[in-house]
Amino acid sequence: MDAQRLPCRAGLGLKPQHYADILDGKPDIGFFEVHAENYMGAGGPPHRYLAAIVERYPLSLHGVGLSIGGEGALNGDHLHRLRGLIDRYQPQSFSEHLAWSSHGETSLNDLLPLPYTEATLDRVVAHVDTVQQALGRSMLLENPSTYVLFAESTIDEIDFLAAIAQRTGCGLLLDVNNVMVSSVNHGLDPYTYIDRFPVQAVGEIHLAGYDETTDAAGERLLIDAHGSRVSPDVFALFRHALGRTGPVPTLVEWDNNVPAFAVLADEARIVDLAIAEARAPGDRRERVA
Amino acid sequence: MNRCTSLALAASLLTAVAGLSVQGATAQDATEKCYGVALAGQNDCAAGPGTTCAGTSVIDYQGNAWKAVPAGTCLTMSFDGGRTGSLEALDRDLPKA
Amino acid sequence: MTNPPVGQSDFVAALVDPAKAVPPGIISHRGDSDAKRFAVYRNNVHVGLVGVLAAKYPVCRQLVGEAFFTAMARLYVADHKPFSPIMMLYGADFCDFIGGFAPAQSVPYLGDMAALEEAWSVAYHAADDSPLALAEIAAFDPEVLPDLTLTRHPATGLLRSAHPIGSIWSAHQAPGVPVRPGAEAVLITRPTLDVKVTAIPVADAAFAQDLLQGLPIGEAVERTLAHHSGFDFGRAIAGLCSLGAFSQAVLP
Repeated sequence: MDAQRLPCRAGLGLKPQHYADILDGKPDIGFFEVHAENYMGAGGPPHRYLAAIVERYPLSLHGVGLSIGGEGALNGDHLHRLRGLIDRYQPQSFSEHLAWSSHGETSLNDLLPLPYTEATLDRVVAHVDTVQQALGRSMLLENPSTYVLFAESTIDEIDFLAAIAQRTGCGLLLDVNNVMVSSVNHGLDPYTYIDRFPVQAVGEIHLAGYDETTDAAGERLLIDAHGSRVSPDVFALFRHALGRTGPVPTLVEWDNNVPAFAVLADEARIVDLAIAEARAPGDRRERVA
Repeated sequence: MNRCTSLALAASLLTAVAGLSVQGATAQDATEKCYGVALAGQNDCAAGPGTTCAGTSVIDYQGNAWKAVPAGTCLTMSFDGGRTGSLEALDRDLPKA
Repeated sequence: MTNPPVGQSDFVAALVDPAKAVPPGIISHRGDSDAKRFAVYRNNVHVGLVGVLAAKYPVCRQLVGEAFFTAMARLYVADHKPFSPIMMLYGADFCDFIGGFAPAQSVPYLGDMAALEEAWSVAYHAADDSPLALAEIAAFDPEVLPDLTLTRHPATGLLRSAHPIGSIWSAHQAPGVPVRPGAEAVLITRPTLDVKVTAIPVADAAFAQDLLQGLPIGEAVERTLAHHSGFDFGRAIAGLCSLGAFSQAVLP
């Protein structure tokens, strides 16, 4: 891992509609995170603004299109583009997902689930090794939110992630909203998930809001929607996670129905308070509303 | 292109280029103001599509029955001369100079 | 009983076709096959891609309204999945789709408007390059001027439409923009940070098209004069350069 790391503070996803708010207002935000694929154009305003923002803030580069869980070989062109972005912006962190999104020539623009077996574990380990070699640095791998299970799965998701981290040396991105979404969707206890998670590998936490519907049997089905404030139950789970991890760089993701920057900054302020409390474990105040 | 045409062209081009570039940036700015019709800009809010790592609860993948008809500004947008720009092929008026 | 693996080909086949059953082996925590759960993925893909088009074609969306646009985009998405994980590249041929889409024929300029919005997006993300200044052309020996070719700036796009697409586009950016019926040529450039959209004279557009395709200046002038007597190519070159259409003058 690079000597330089993300600060243990709240970060925000960077949206084009907030470039001016950030550069003019200089808000006190711990770091910004961008989707790598949105900066894979050759030039223009996105790069100009990102370069200006990187001068003032640490950067987390978050990929959504590498398809690390894919059956096929990794896309070499895409790896090359990622390497170019990393060389250009020197982000403090690079992360991707335990998921797949491309098949053959087709990209599906969604993070799709994979079965957890010895065969898929070997494949993902090989892909993470390839990524880390191609990028010349270690990466963080994010736990997914899922809506279905595979009958063929033989390995628990946490054991699967822990094995990848152990075999590749990669870190893990603990998405607490994904933990809530997947746990509710699969009838599991999210607190048990956090308690079993290999916290020593956690390099970043993600938070987001979810939507809610029901499945065919009428059971609660949570959707990882990133379109609202962090739910109180996810925030409580986050506090519990912080109790295990200690202070960790924590991103608030808000990708749909993006609000005014002030709303995001307010979410960041609340997260910063929780992280500060995790620095002082004696102080267990409830969340400041 | 024959040589006479070529030379005439060269001369005209030179005149045009020299005349327009003689004052450098100032002339270029002035040219810019009177060349073409600058159309209202678009800000970065419409920077185009981004990727997402989120899902959605908006349900919209089913149903192929075609029932929709255009129902936006094309119905109300007025063209100079009192016509609306809606559901008819436009006349080909002479282009602006 | 062993559980055969669900290949990603099977997953994708069911994902993109709502008429297909959920692949056996994909289950809920109860162990049953739950179409509503699998539908979340179908929906994410579909709604996500329709959303990409809605973001990329805001004027087309306003012209035909949300319901029509979404229905049209849904049909496009059903048959056109992205070839790249870079979503800014998705939908480059949406204008061609619209051009052949019967229900959209009542808005005859819609396809050209989509082409304009696509060109805007391309220009926005195009490589940075300093535009060719007129002085750089003037620096050449006058005798070789007709032989010069001008290299397209990476951001430059040119659209020649039988409809006033530039004015219609502009009227959707700011109130009070007059729209006159008739053909319109639109040059899209990005000489510095911002994308510029300019309606240029149709004769100049014919000339610009030849230059952008790599014809030498002299040949482009002759071709344009053949159709537009009185064409002022000095003004056209100066104007096109001032808008940042080219990046280099090259003497072959």
